[in-house]
Amino acid sequence: MNDPVFVVGVGVISGIGNNVAECLHALVEGKTGIDKIKYLKTNHSDLLPAAEVKLSNDELSAISGLGPAVSRTAMLSRIAAQEAWDNSGVENIPSLRTGFVSASTTGGIDKTEEFLTHFLTDNSKGKLRDIINHECNSITTMVAEKLGICHHISTISTACSSSANAIMYGARLIRHNILDAVVAGGTDALTRFTLNGFNTLLVLDGEYCRPFDENRNGLNLGEGAGYLVLVSERVASLLERDPYCALTGYFNANDAYHQTSTSTDGDGPYLAMSGALEMSGLQPQEIDYINLHGTGTQNNDSSEGAAIQRLFHPHYPKMSSTKSFTGHTLGASAGVEAVFSVLALHHGIIYPNLRLQTPMSAFPFVPETAFSRQPGLKHVLSNSVGFGGNCSSLTFSKL
Amino acid sequence: MKAYIRSAIAISPQKTFNNPAFLDDPAAYRDTRLTSIEPDYSEAIDPKSIRRMSRIIKMSVASALACLKDAGIASPDAIVTGTAYGCLEDTGIFLSNIIQENEEPVTPVAFVQSTHNTIGAQLALLIKCSRYNNTFVSGGASFENALLDALLLLAENKAANILVGGMDEITDMSHAVLSRLGLYKRQPVSNLELFNENSKGTINGEGAAFFLLTNTSSPNDLACIDAVATFYKPDAATEFISSFLVSTSIKDSDIDLLILGNNGDPKNDAIYSQVQQSVFNGIPSINYKHLCGEYPTSTSFAAWLAANIIRKNSIPAILAQGKIPKKKINKILIYNHYQNIYHSLMLLSSC
Repeated sequence: MNDPVFVVGVGVISGIGNNVAECLHALVEGKTGIDKIKYLKTNHSDLLPAAEVKLSNDELSAISGLGPAVSRTAMLSRIAAQEAWDNSGVENIPSLRTGFVSASTTGGIDKTEEFLTHFLTDNSKGKLRDIINHECNSITTMVAEKLGICHHISTISTACSSSANAIMYGARLIRHNILDAVVAGGTDALTRFTLNGFNTLLVLDGEYCRPFDENRNGLNLGEGAGYLVLVSERVASLLERDPYCALTGYFNANDAYHQTSTSTDGDGPYLAMSGALEMSGLQPQEIDYINLHGTGTQNNDSSEGAAIQRLFHPHYPKMSSTKSFTGHTLGASAGVEAVFSVLALHHGIIYPNLRLQTPMSAFPFVPETAFSRQPGLKHVLSNSVGFGGNCSSLTFSKL
Repeated sequence: MKAYIRSAIAISPQKTFNNPAFLDDPAAYRDTRLTSIEPDYSEAIDPKSIRRMSRIIKMSVASALACLKDAGIASPDAIVTGTAYGCLEDTGIFLSNIIQENEEPVTPVAFVQSTHNTIGAQLALLIKCSRYNNTFVSGGASFENALLDALLLLAENKAANILVGGMDEITDMSHAVLSRLGLYKRQPVSNLELFNENSKGTINGEGAAFFLLTNTSSPNDLACIDAVATFYKPDAATEFISSFLVSTSIKDSDIDLLILGNNGDPKNDAIYSQVQQSVFNGIPSINYKHLCGEYPTSTSFAAWLAANIIRKNSIPAILAQGKIPKKKINKILIYNHYQNIYHSLMLLSSC
């Protein structure tokens, strides 16, 4: 039950690129994906920047092989999950028990918005094809079928920590010998539902977000999908290529403080990080890099920072929020950032926290402001914090 | 993987909440949808909190808190929920608001409470539970995955007491949409006569059911959960059922009672008839969806039913219909499929 779980495939699509290579290139070059909203039809496009995937639904349809009328969430999922699956080579091994555990908060709500526009005037109106994939799980099953995965298909939704919990569940299904290989992560498209929701909560920055800056003023939304392929030791040994790394620790905790904000002392993130470290058998000073949740809101960054101070003082690892590149991709964020964490470890690189000018005065640490090569990276921690106090952390370790 | 059910509480279209009687006075409806019988929540939930809660949150929080109280657990080591549709009412309110107010919604309340993890989150907040908290939104396998997650946690020794629940709500909007998709009968029917209707479609249902699962037995346990398994679009139901029986080391003759997911739709129910003529041949069976309606997490109602049948060693008359021979009920197998997409099996036994 404590057998190692290996990461053997990665796939990602986000505002900074449509695949792993493009995202990696933007991360190295320090090129943000945040821009004026171009693809989502919304009244807020001039006022609220976001990190959209730079492809129309028709273009995504052509790449994903899904019909142009299906949810954008499904197309993003298919592209990233397929990249991870192909990257892993697992498909070439016969008779494995495979699973797809995908996370999402929006599901097919982009199409539901279209449906309701007509339905609200007359409930016999609205195209049924726009509503049949409203449920998050419809997106998951649609993509699983394309991947040819059938032994286990499930969907998790715990707000912005959803994908981390999908990765945890996938790893546990392997450790319990229920599955041999799992594609785990998550997907979320930018929608009017989430854009207006966060805007009404007054947490969106009208400028490009500045995570962990003293003068930060909120988050920018993003969209994307990110997946890992996790396998047992036996399956890893059958693959031609060495695994990227091992998933050595994970922990899920609840902040139990407020529906939408995190406690001042960061109880939830603290429990998640310390639990993940404990499972991986690591001391805080052994962590080389933290991929922060770092949304750029006043509340998140103070709370997460406080938790980091409690756990790591005085040995602070290097850290950065890649949401300064991708925006906050919500249910997909922990999947996208798990991929970035695995790549950081694999290539020995640390990403900059863009636009950080004035470090937060409350803390003695400063996130990285420049890209650097760190060939000796051994252990990386990835944090996620969500609505409803759902906090989860993952640790990845070099083999 | 085995869990003891210390308590089980359901709010459903039947008088299941705060009622020591066991379905002895079945609620009859003539409709295409069954609505939960809701209690006076002010006894269970702080009135200040109730005001903002939608129906599904209230049903779920009230049954979860009652479940903890029954089990004598102040705060569990994990909270796991399963819901296919999540908080539909709040989702519908906020979506409509965006459309009608031309993207200038006035309040974020419905948005905040629309996330699928709201119920787990509200529970964590109310009882100050900072432990494991997870929400599955896996369509017709949502409750089953929540249950599997709980069984895995118990096996990992990560938790001793786990609160697990399944819930879904009907809203006017969802009923209108699902009706247009052809899921339900065209005319109102009597729910208690559902299996004599012989017309296309089923009846819509809803409810919330919570269970406190533990890794140690106590004299108060209702029953044990031995295993849960889900199958996605299986080629042949008989095959996975046989392999499930092998993997759980039970023979079909060990099963005292089957609880089947028949929902009154002939095409849907043909799958159950088929397995009853093969792998389940000769095993007494009962249905449950005429009591709670059809919905993706109805298996949480079935599990509540099974746990109570085992504990009381008695099948309510409305279900037995005088056809089940009286004998000690030690093992119940629940077999359900939701729209022939996910099939699931849950095995419960006396402790």
